[in-house]
Amino acid sequence: MISTLFFYLFAFMTVASGLMVITARNPVHAVFFLILSFFNSSGLFILMGAEFIAMLLVVVYVGAVAVLLLFVVMMLDINYQSMQEGFRRHLPLGLIIGAVLLIELVVLFSGPETTLGVAATSGERSNVALIGDVLYTDHIYVFQLAGLILLVAMIGAITLTMRHREGVKRQNIALQNARTREESVTVMQVESDVAPQSILPDETKSRKALR
Amino acid sequence: MGPVTLFHYLTVAAILFTLGAVGIFLNRKNVITILMCIELMLLAVNINLVAFSTHNGDLAGQIFAMLILTVAAAEAAIGLAILVVYFRNRGSIAVEDINMMKG
Repeated sequence: MISTLFFYLFAFMTVASGLMVITARNPVHAVFFLILSFFNSSGLFILMGAEFIAMLLVVVYVGAVAVLLLFVVMMLDINYQSMQEGFRRHLPLGLIIGAVLLIELVVLFSGPETTLGVAATSGERSNVALIGDVLYTDHIYVFQLAGLILLVAMIGAITLTMRHREGVKRQNIALQNARTREESVTVMQVESDVAPQSILPDETKSRKALR
Repeated sequence: MGPVTLFHYLTVAAILFTLGAVGIFLNRKNVITILMCIELMLLAVNINLVAFSTHNGDLAGQIFAMLILTVAAAEAAIGLAILVVYFRNRGSIAVEDINMMKG
């Protein structure tokens, strides 16, 4: 009974904040509603008995993706008011397509009533332990592939956004390590009691150096 | 209010997926909102997968949901990186201006 109440709470909040994501005028608000939507759907996942996915959703989406979106929204200096143009113009088409899609999906799903049991957890072993059991044995290649995808995405994002600005002094470690004694130090024969002309500062140079 | 069935979860996921699809239509100019709509649609897919996983008592659905989560995170990172580079080159992120690969 209480879980039914919580289901309706989480479901309503997820759908309502999802609606706010697509209608919010301010993109920062849209990102915050996206975060709210993810929090509530992680509640739905907990109700379904998938605690690990729920926690993963909070960590990955709220902790990383939403903050990344927020960072980009705030970093780029964009006139978001002009982006709202055409919202009303596209509204009828969007609503028609959405209604058709929703009716199709719901008609497709409405089969015989089947109660959702928490079947993925068996006995005393928790959901996380069960996922660990199958993730590192049956689905190990898929797991490795996911890691590879993340690595490629990380390298791609870094190489895309990295740039070398002109006029910024950077340390070149390879150049520093490649220095030899011969090219860095020169031994000069200096005659005693005679100041060599080359190192005597002339009038203008010394004044410039003092300033 | 009867017990929560598989149908309830699938309906929530269907509504969320539809919201994502409609959002892409409504916010055609704003790439960032389009990315957020894609995230909403992927979330709906995840709800479907986990609901069926619980319904069938098979953990493969949850493994699949984890993979979708991974790909969604990678996609968001790459998409936003492309967006930042594009903004740096062109000074705008309007979708109708994006018509060539070379910035």
